[in-house]
Amino acid sequence: MPGLLEVVLASIRRQLVLAVRRPSDTLSPLLFFLVTIALFPLGIGPDPQQLAVFAPGILWIVALLAALMAAEGMFLSDYEDGSLEQLLLAPVSLYMTALASVFSHWLLTGLPLTLLSPVFATMLQLPTGALPVLVLSMLLGTALLSLVGSIGAALTVSLRRGGLLISLIIVPLYVPVLIFATAAVQAAAEGFDASSQLFLLGGMLALAVALAPFAIAAGLRISVDAG
Amino acid sequence: MWTFFHKLGSPPWMYRISGQILAVLLPLTLLLLAGGAVWALFYAPADFRQGNSFRILYFHVPAAVVSLAAYYVMAIAGAISLIWRMKMAEVAMKCTAPVGATLTFLGLVTGALWGKPTWGTFWVWDAKLTAYLVLFFLYMGVIALYQAYENKEAAAKACAVLSLVGMVNIPIIYKAVDWWYSLHQPATIKFTEESTMHSSMLQPLLLMFVAYYCLFACALLLNMRTELLRRGRGTQWVRRIVEEGADAGRNGGMRAV
Repeated sequence: MPGLLEVVLASIRRQLVLAVRRPSDTLSPLLFFLVTIALFPLGIGPDPQQLAVFAPGILWIVALLAALMAAEGMFLSDYEDGSLEQLLLAPVSLYMTALASVFSHWLLTGLPLTLLSPVFATMLQLPTGALPVLVLSMLLGTALLSLVGSIGAALTVSLRRGGLLISLIIVPLYVPVLIFATAAVQAAAEGFDASSQLFLLGGMLALAVALAPFAIAAGLRISVDAG
Repeated sequence: MWTFFHKLGSPPWMYRISGQILAVLLPLTLLLLAGGAVWALFYAPADFRQGNSFRILYFHVPAAVVSLAAYYVMAIAGAISLIWRMKMAEVAMKCTAPVGATLTFLGLVTGALWGKPTWGTFWVWDAKLTAYLVLFFLYMGVIALYQAYENKEAAAKACAVLSLVGMVNIPIIYKAVDWWYSLHQPATIKFTEESTMHSSMLQPLLLMFVAYYCLFACALLLNMRTELLRRGRGTQWVRRIVEEGADAGRNGGMRAV
C-alpha cells in the first residue's frame, strides 16, 4: 500500500497533468484577470495619478474575483467522473488529500497570478517601491483565497447552480483577506511599513492551513453523500 | 438529567414543551418590549449632546448584540448536530438563521437611522459597519445554502459546516471598534469596570436587552415548532395535533398554543 506522502504527491502530480492537458482551465482565470484590469483605466479614466491611488484595491478585487471563478470548478470534474468518490474511499486521511488538492489548485491559479501581478501593477501605475509588498501579499493572500474558496467549492459541488451560490457563501469569508492585503499594498505605496499587515495575513494563512482541510473534507463527504 | 436530554430529541415532546414555554414567554416578551420602549422613549433622560435622537440606541444596541449572539447559537447548534447527530440541534440551527438575519437587518436599519442625525450620513464604510454587514451576508449564505440543497439532511450538515467556518469572523466583528479607528463608538457597557453610562440611561437599556433576548427565544421556538410540524408531517403525533385543531375549530373554541 502506498504511504501518505506518495498519495499526496501522486494527487498533486495528477492535478498538474490534468492542467497541462486542458490548459484553457488554467489560463482562463489569468485572462479574466488581464481583461478586467484593462477595464478599469477605461472606466475611471487613464489619469496615472488617479490609477495609482486605486491600483491596490483594483488589483486585489480582481484577484479575488479570479480566485472565486477558479474555485467554482475546483472539484467539479472529479465529482462528475467519480474520482472524488475514490478519494473518499481511499485509506488515507482525507485531510491530507484535501490539502494536496488545494495546494495543486493554488499552484495553477494563485501562483501564476502572483507572478504576473507586478506586470499588471505596473500597467496600473502602482509605485515601483510597492511591488515587493504586492507580490508578498499576493503570495500569502492567494493561498488563503484558495483554502477558503475550496471550502465553498466542496460544499456546493453537488448543486446544479453552485456557481452563484459559491460567491454568496465565500465572499463574506474573503473580506478579511481583502482588507489586510489592500491595506498592506496601500501602506507600501505611500511609503509606510507594511509588515504588520503582512504578518496578520501570514497568521491567517497559518490558521487556514491548519483548519480549512477539516471543513473541506467535511464538505466533500456531505456533497458525495447528497449526490 | 439524562432523561431530560433524551426527551429534548423527541419532536412531540419538544413541540408540547415549547408550547408551554411560549404560553408564558410570549406575553412576557410583549410586556417587556412595551415596558422597555415606554421607559426608553418617555422616561429616560435625553442625551446631553445628541438630544432625543440617542433613544434609537435602545432599539439598535440590543438588536446588534442579540444578532451576534444568535450566530453563536446557530454555530453551536450546528456543531452539536454534526458531532452527536442530534436532529433537534439541526432544527435549531436551521431556524436560527432567518431570526438572526432579521435581527441583523434591524440592527443595520436602526443604525442607519441613528447615523443620519448624529454622523450626518446613513452609512459609512468603517470597520464596525462593514464587519456587521458581513454578518448579514453570512446569515444570507447559510439560508441560501440550505435552500439550494434538495436533500435536506445534507443541507443541514453543509450549513453546520459553513456556520462553523463563519465563526472565524465573529470575534472580528465584535472587536472591530477596538482594533481599528472607527466612527462607531466603542462599547460603553463593561462587565469588569464601571460603565461609562449613567444608570438612569443604563437601566432601560438592560431591560431592552432582556426583552430582545426573550424576543429571539420566542421567534426561534415558533420557527422550530413550524419546522417540527413540517418534518413530522405524516407521523402520528402531527396528525393528532391537526385533528385536535380541527375539533377545536368545529367547536368554535380557540386551539391552545
